[in-house]
Amino acid sequence: MPPEMPPVLEARGIVKRFGAVTAVAGISLEVGAGRVTAILGPSGSGKSTLLRCLNFLELPDAGEVILDGVAVRPRDRDLDALRSRVGMVFQQFNLFPHLLVWENVALAPRAVRGTGREGARSLALRLLDRVGLADKADAHPSQLSGGQQQRAAIARALAMEPAVLLFDEPTSALDPELTGEVLAVMRALAADGTTMVVVTHEVAFARAVAHEVLFMDAGLVVERGPPEAVIANPAHERTRRFFGRGA
Amino acid sequence: MIGPDGQLSPGNFGRLARAPWWLLAVALAATILVWKTATSVVYADIMRALLSGLGVTLAVTVIAFPLAIALGLAAALCLVSPHPVRRNVAALYVQLARGIPILVQIFIVAFVLVPLGVEAARWAGDAFPSLATLRASDVPMGARVVAALAFAYGAFEAETIRGGLTSLPRGQAEAARALGLTKGQALRLVLLPQTFRRILPTLGNDLISLLKDSSLVSVLGVRDITQEARLYASSTFRYTESLELLALLYLALTLLLALGVKALEHRYRRHAA
Repeated sequence: MPPEMPPVLEARGIVKRFGAVTAVAGISLEVGAGRVTAILGPSGSGKSTLLRCLNFLELPDAGEVILDGVAVRPRDRDLDALRSRVGMVFQQFNLFPHLLVWENVALAPRAVRGTGREGARSLALRLLDRVGLADKADAHPSQLSGGQQQRAAIARALAMEPAVLLFDEPTSALDPELTGEVLAVMRALAADGTTMVVVTHEVAFARAVAHEVLFMDAGLVVERGPPEAVIANPAHERTRRFFGRGA
Repeated sequence: MIGPDGQLSPGNFGRLARAPWWLLAVALAATILVWKTATSVVYADIMRALLSGLGVTLAVTVIAFPLAIALGLAAALCLVSPHPVRRNVAALYVQLARGIPILVQIFIVAFVLVPLGVEAARWAGDAFPSLATLRASDVPMGARVVAALAFAYGAFEAETIRGGLTSLPRGQAEAARALGLTKGQALRLVLLPQTFRRILPTLGNDLISLLKDSSLVSVLGVRDITQEARLYASSTFRYTESLELLALLYLALTLLLALGVKALEHRYRRHAA
C-alpha cells in the first residue's frame, strides 16, 4: 500500500472508562485498505472495549474515530452512517432468531438501503454461498451449529459492503473444530483484500493473517508491529510472558 | 412439579392422567348449554337476550385491547428510555392505573374526565365551532368504558412489554445497531417482534381478563351480555337460569380465546429464541 493513501479507519487517543476503571487508556490505530489488524492480549486488557469504541457501541470518553478521512461525531445520524459502513461480528453471533438465515443477511440492505426483497434475497444467497452456507438460507438460526451461525453472522456483516469489518473474539464461543471453519472463512476474506480488525485469542491465526498486531495490556498498547516481530520475537517482557516465551 | 432431570414435568403418571380432562368437563357444560337452549323455551329466551348483548361484549374487548397494547407499548418505551421525564411520567401512569380499582377508574373516566374534557372542548369552541355545541351526553357510555379499560389495561401491558423487552439478550440490540439500523428500525424489525413472541402467553391472559372485565360496562347501563342477563333476570325473576347461561357463555368465550392463544404460541414457540 502506498504510504500517501489515507487509512480506511483511524482512531486517535481513544479513552474509555467504566466508573473508576479505565478500560482503554488512550489508544490510536490506523487500518489501511485491505489490511488486517489483530488485537491480542490477556482477558480484561481492553481489547473488546477498544473495538466497540470503533463503531461507538461504547461511547469513548475521549478521542476520535475517523472513517475514510472524515471524523465521526457521536450523533445518531453520523453513527448510523458509520455503522452501516463498518461491519461487526460478535463473540455470541447475535443472529436474529425470529428471522430466517437469509433474512438476517438481507435485513440491513432492506432497512438501510431500501433494497427490494428480491434483490436483497439474491445478495443474501450470494454472501451465504461465499461463507459456505448456500444450503442453509431458508433455515432458522437455531437449526445451525455455532460455527454455521458465526459464518452466517459474517455474511450478515458483509451485506452492507462495509469498508472495514470488526471481529470481536469471533471464535471464543466455539470448539476447535468449529473454530477452524470460521477461521477459514476469515482467511479467505483477508485473502480477498477485506479490511479487518480482529480481536482474538487465536495467536496462530493472527500470525498467519494479520499485517499488524497490537498487543494490549491494562488498557494500553504494550507493543505493536508486524506479527513476526510482536508474536515471534517480542521486545517487551509482558508480551514475551503472554506468548509463553519466558522472561 | 420438578422431575429428577431438573426440568418442569407433568409428573410420572400414565397417559390417561395427562389427558386434558378439564376440556372434557367444559365440552360437557357446552353440550348442556346447547341442549337446554334447544329444548327449553325459557333457556332459549334467555339465550336470545344474551346474544343481543354479545356484540357489545366483543366490541368492547376487541377495541379496548389494541388500544391498551398501543398505550402499553408507548409507556413501556418510556419506561426503558434514558430520558428521566419520560421514565417518570410512564412510571406514574403505571402506578396510577394499577393502583386504582378498574371499577373506580371507569367511574372517574365516565363521570369526571369526560365531562371535564367536554367542558374544555367547549372552551376551545371558538377555534373549532363544531365543538361549541358538544355536550357530555354526546359521548356514549360505551366509548367511556372502552377508554377506561384501555387506560387500566395499558398499565399491565406496559409492564409486560417492558419485561419482555429487557429480557432480550443485549447482543440483539447491539447487532441491529451495528448494522446501521436506526433506533426505530432496531425496535420495529428486531426487538419488538421477539418481545411479542416472548410475551404472547401473558398477552393472551390479559386478553381473557379484559373480556371478563368488559362485564363492568354494565355498571354504566351499557347492554353487554352481563347487563342483558341482569335485565332479564330482574324482570322475570329467573336468576338461576340467567346467571347459569351467562357464566357458561363467558366460559365458552374465554375458552375459545385460550385455544386461539395456544395455537399462536405453538406456531411461534420453536424459533422464538
